[in-house]
Amino acid sequence: MAAFFAVLFYLAAGVLVAGVALRVRQYAATPAPLKIPTTPAPTTRGGVVLRLAREVVFFESLFKATLWTWLFGWLFHAAMAVVLVRHLRYFTDPVWGWVAWMQPFGVYAGFAMAAGLAGLWARRFLVDRVRYISTPSDHLMLALLLAIAASGLGMKYLAHTDVVAVKAFFLGLLAFEVRDLPADPLLAVHLGLVAALMLAFPFSKLLHAPGLFFSPGRNQADDPRERRHLAAWAAPLDTK
Amino acid sequence: MADVTAPPLREFPVPPPVRPDAMAMSVPYVATEKMQEAIGFPAKLVDDWHDRAIAKMGELVGKYRSLRVYLDACVHCGACTDKCHYFLGTGDPKNMPVARQELMRGVYRRHFTLPGRLFPKLVGARELTKEVLDDWYKYYNQCSECRRCSVFCPYGIDTAEVTMAAKEILDSIGYGQKYTNEIIGKVHRIGNNLGLPGPALEDTFLGLEEDTKEETGADVKFPLDQKGAEVLLVTPSADFFAEPHVDSLIGYAKVFHAAGISWTLSSHASEAGNFGLFIGNYEQMRAIAMRIREAALELGVKRIVVGECGHAWRVAYSFWNTLAGIGAGGDDPFARQLQSQLDLRHRQPTHICEFTWDLVQRGALVLDKEANDHRVVTFHDSCNVARASRMGDDPGGQFEIPRALVRAVANRYVEMRAGTTREATFCCGGGGGLLTDELLDLRVKGALPRMESLREVADRHGVNFLATICAICKAQFTKVLPYYGFNRSMVGGVHQLVSTAIRLGAKQ
Repeated sequence: MAAFFAVLFYLAAGVLVAGVALRVRQYAATPAPLKIPTTPAPTTRGGVVLRLAREVVFFESLFKATLWTWLFGWLFHAAMAVVLVRHLRYFTDPVWGWVAWMQPFGVYAGFAMAAGLAGLWARRFLVDRVRYISTPSDHLMLALLLAIAASGLGMKYLAHTDVVAVKAFFLGLLAFEVRDLPADPLLAVHLGLVAALMLAFPFSKLLHAPGLFFSPGRNQADDPRERRHLAAWAAPLDTK
Repeated sequence: MADVTAPPLREFPVPPPVRPDAMAMSVPYVATEKMQEAIGFPAKLVDDWHDRAIAKMGELVGKYRSLRVYLDACVHCGACTDKCHYFLGTGDPKNMPVARQELMRGVYRRHFTLPGRLFPKLVGARELTKEVLDDWYKYYNQCSECRRCSVFCPYGIDTAEVTMAAKEILDSIGYGQKYTNEIIGKVHRIGNNLGLPGPALEDTFLGLEEDTKEETGADVKFPLDQKGAEVLLVTPSADFFAEPHVDSLIGYAKVFHAAGISWTLSSHASEAGNFGLFIGNYEQMRAIAMRIREAALELGVKRIVVGECGHAWRVAYSFWNTLAGIGAGGDDPFARQLQSQLDLRHRQPTHICEFTWDLVQRGALVLDKEANDHRVVTFHDSCNVARASRMGDDPGGQFEIPRALVRAVANRYVEMRAGTTREATFCCGGGGGLLTDELLDLRVKGALPRMESLREVADRHGVNFLATICAICKAQFTKVLPYYGFNRSMVGGVHQLVSTAIRLGAKQ
């Protein structure tokens, strides 16, 4: 089992990093020929950084749009961030001080994450408009995330796994050594689903994460009268 | 034409239930072969339309980062689903912004993404069949490109970008829309959307000079092709003869007269509107914008001022510098040729509201606010001004400056309900190239949210004047107001109010 997961995680990490890097490079290489920020927009680069920061940290636009979606969506993302921080302890030795300090919050965050996901999923059944636009993959993605959260919480509260051994396994992977992994079914489910999520990331709607930073509606400064903005493919038109 | 019915005004504006295919019968006329060929598109739907459409889509996702990112990033969260006026007015789920995008996103997934090729059903990927293509034609012609959805999208996905790309693809395979493409042909051929040739303009302006003389006793001029004038005014051609548009044109002329600033209109660039925007075609949009550059160079003007027109101001403010070098900061020969002629102490281009407001602040105009006391005014933010441009130096100036100007010329002013104004303003229902009679039912239904907030201030505060700074809003409201029990003449321009209040030749 250890060998299987070792291969799987090397593969998943490779696909995740390379896939997202390729996507980001593609976004960066695609020109934005016209100034199209959704106004009112900041007039400076600094203002744009703040605007994006508010979107990333607070989900500002979503807050303006729908309170329920914002609440569940923000709860899920913020909780997941804390959970990810908590998991850093499996990859660092010694564990960083602030990561150790965050450990208890990470447990609550696991529940909050599941609650947020449940709320988001409920909307896909209860709101007729959202039901109409939901595809099977939307449901599958929520199921996947919820199963990851549930299996993680299960190992904490139902069937403990040997976390020391798990940590040794992952530290081993970081040193390119395959060490033993506990043969607990819940752990296998958890790790398998996480790897699936990593594999799906660069090919799915999870691209909304890098996408936000490349969205011309949000990342452009409002200065078209002061600066001439010209795409490479459009410039030759001027000399015709 | 289908029956035209206005939905009942809702007491509580909750989103309507989803009613599939409620607007499936709303289809605009297809452009004729002549119209298509006149602007360089295939005359009619080509035989290999499928392959050419897919190839065009590939080209566009390579040329427009907006399109590529927006097609990838949507998570179907539903934040936009109750934001579109056409959905609110019709309940047709394909008028929800995300579902409208999905008409193209499904095809994009099928042809340009791995999961779409491997598991199309799972990710909602679809082949571009004739049915899907017809749905594109129907529903991308039920989007006014107003960007209201983009305000609320957590990733800033702008359905207007998708709609424009769809129209660009449809045009490239010979499936263009008549109203828009006919007008683009006219502006290339004659110089304005209405097809008014130079002599007709001259006649109109002479008539306006006589009328204004009669009204004010002052010799207010409407100069045409005047070389050496300080200001070139570029305004939508509807201002030259349509009601209530022409009253704002008279307002601009009075302002120039009172301020003693020489100005001119141009017969070559007698149109601020740029329908190239609506079909998302860079080259068309550029060719139309170039007429203004050419006129400015020919006439030797120092400033370019733009009249009351929403999408025109978007193109002027956001794109003219890019397309035609009209602006500042250009360091290439093309841009410098014009920018060295323009007086860069002024904003280039300047919106007529910025222009007049500057004069008001400097005390250069004599205003009699009481002259507007028979009016209780509210202001309708036009979508392209609100969400795709700016006025003044600060973000949001596009909201503050027109309001400040209205308050400077009228005593009685009321705001409509928050959430229906400023960046969250509702489209009039006629923008984006939909201002055509065969789409009247859609236009009436799309006006619902604006009509609801207007009804509220009309009942509560006696509002009887809907001020706006867009030629399309003015034409659209004139047509749809009666369907909601309002008087059609209650819509007018901000400079119509200025025109009423301004006192000429009475300077102390």
